Amino acid sequence: MGNMKQCKDLRIVAVEHPNDGYVLLKLTDAEPLPAIRAGQFVEIKVEGSPQTFLRRPISVNFVDEERNELWLLIQVVGEGTRHLSRLQVGDTLNVLFPLGNGFTQGVSGEQVLLVGGGVGIAPLLEYAKQLRQVGATPYLLLGGRSASNLLQLDLFRQYGEVYVTTEDGSMGEQGFVTNHSVLESFASSPLGGTRGGARISCCGPKPMMMAVARWAKQHGVRCEVSLENLMACGLGACLCCVEKTVRGNVCVCKEGPVFDINELTWQI
Amino acid sequence: MADIRTTIAGLQMVNPVMTASGTFGYGLEFADLVDLSQIGGIIMKGTTLHPREGNDYPRMAETASGMLNCVGLQNKGVDYFCEHIYPQVKDIPTNMIVNVSGSSPEDYAECAARINELEQIPAIELNISCPNVRQGGMAFGVTTEGASQVVRAVRKVYDKTLIVKLSPNVTSIADIARSVEDAGADAVSLINTLMGMAIDIERRRPRLSINTGGLSGPAVKPVAVRCVWQVAKAVQIPVIGLGGIMTAEDAIEFFMAGASAIEIGTGNFIDPAISVKVAQGISDWLDRHGCKTLEAIRGVI
Repeated sequence: MGNMKQCKDLRIVAVEHPNDGYVLLKLTDAEPLPAIRAGQFVEIKVEGSPQTFLRRPISVNFVDEERNELWLLIQVVGEGTRHLSRLQVGDTLNVLFPLGNGFTQGVSGEQVLLVGGGVGIAPLLEYAKQLRQVGATPYLLLGGRSASNLLQLDLFRQYGEVYVTTEDGSMGEQGFVTNHSVLESFASSPLGGTRGGARISCCGPKPMMMAVARWAKQHGVRCEVSLENLMACGLGACLCCVEKTVRGNVCVCKEGPVFDINELTWQI
Repeated sequence: MADIRTTIAGLQMVNPVMTASGTFGYGLEFADLVDLSQIGGIIMKGTTLHPREGNDYPRMAETASGMLNCVGLQNKGVDYFCEHIYPQVKDIPTNMIVNVSGSSPEDYAECAARINELEQIPAIELNISCPNVRQGGMAFGVTTEGASQVVRAVRKVYDKTLIVKLSPNVTSIADIARSVEDAGADAVSLINTLMGMAIDIERRRPRLSINTGGLSGPAVKPVAVRCVWQVAKAVQIPVIGLGGIMTAEDAIEFFMAGASAIEIGTGNFIDPAISVKVAQGISDWLDRHGCKTLEAIRGVI
């Protein structure tokens, strides 16, 4: 079985609404779910609307191995995600997964700063868990417009220290993630570790990721980012979701979504 | 059980369902998800004589019951195909067909000549209808002179099954079909995408990097059925129908309009196993209606 791609109906066992803007779907299957690397994603079929013809790519929020559950944390932004937010326990969802490369697999003893913004925080929960499992130490720097955009903080705290910024100052330090004081200390003396072992993994809106990438480049810290280009097939067939890299145009869905910033041609 | 084995201009297929170029990669991308031997033929990504980077991002916009794309024939060129991709795909147990594109009749011919040497590629589909590259592609497919010029050049150097893919962005697709038949095509496939456009009204910008793109998906199906019907009446060579097919019932429409086989394109993005499901559904439909073969319904309209 391993990491073979599948396309199948998964059953919804829980639907949670952390607040108006989000829905957390917990899915299960009669068979054991395939191995999923943190940072991989799924493509969901949205039934019943001609406006939502294509599948929706959604990052894997968390995998609960004991309960054989796959969690998807979805921000409700358009017709497709609004439809997903109305699903109920017992409904099925057709899911194509696992897709993409995922974040760099952790090694024991390394320090990794996970920087997330908005709904880009979602895949970092599974990553923090997987880093812990291999004996690495994740630190979490999470940013949102407001406290209502910062979800699952209690779960994150199980795996590492959490630092928060909000643009309106309703939680943590006011401002953007790149303004947080923890970054400065990370640059001067990495959190509890040696400088060589520290690195950053980042997922969020593109302007935020570019700011983090710029910071990382200036401070000589290794950094990878998870992109979310518009995509159709999710399999590397249609060539719609390409990103310019030092190797030419490559599919974000197949060769990404996670890229080392040195592979990208961002002007940072 | 109905017998849906199909032969198109010498090309023997387990069923009349093929996957359309640009929507199924090289088949390998779907190997985890569908039994490739149960697909009549796989038409691989458009290949050109020289490598092409394609157009800038964004290349895709979702529309009502369909999508626009302006990929622009991104591919690594025919040499790369022959050296690196062919060894990986040659033993896939179905008809592995190369879609060939170019920017001059000489380009098309040189590319086709290279593919002609590949023993396990039984056919090419000549793309004279891509709306997303400035030079070539559709430029040839919109006039009878341009279309027959390219087909004649390729026919001279290519001796296996030659399918020519037609553009719907023309005044009379039947005239174009007749001209490629006269120039030596063994079959025609239609339709390629319809040229379209979508605008992001908040940003006041086109949604696609090169402004326009090709529309595909169920939105184009009625146009495709009409084109197949017109062309099937105009030519003697087999017609392969495509455009928005998502179900066996959609496919049956194309057969009734005169198609001998069909291709599924955008549908592969929604369900990676759609081609095999549609093939099974065609067989079931024929059984339910007491038909032993597709000939019972082909071109009845």
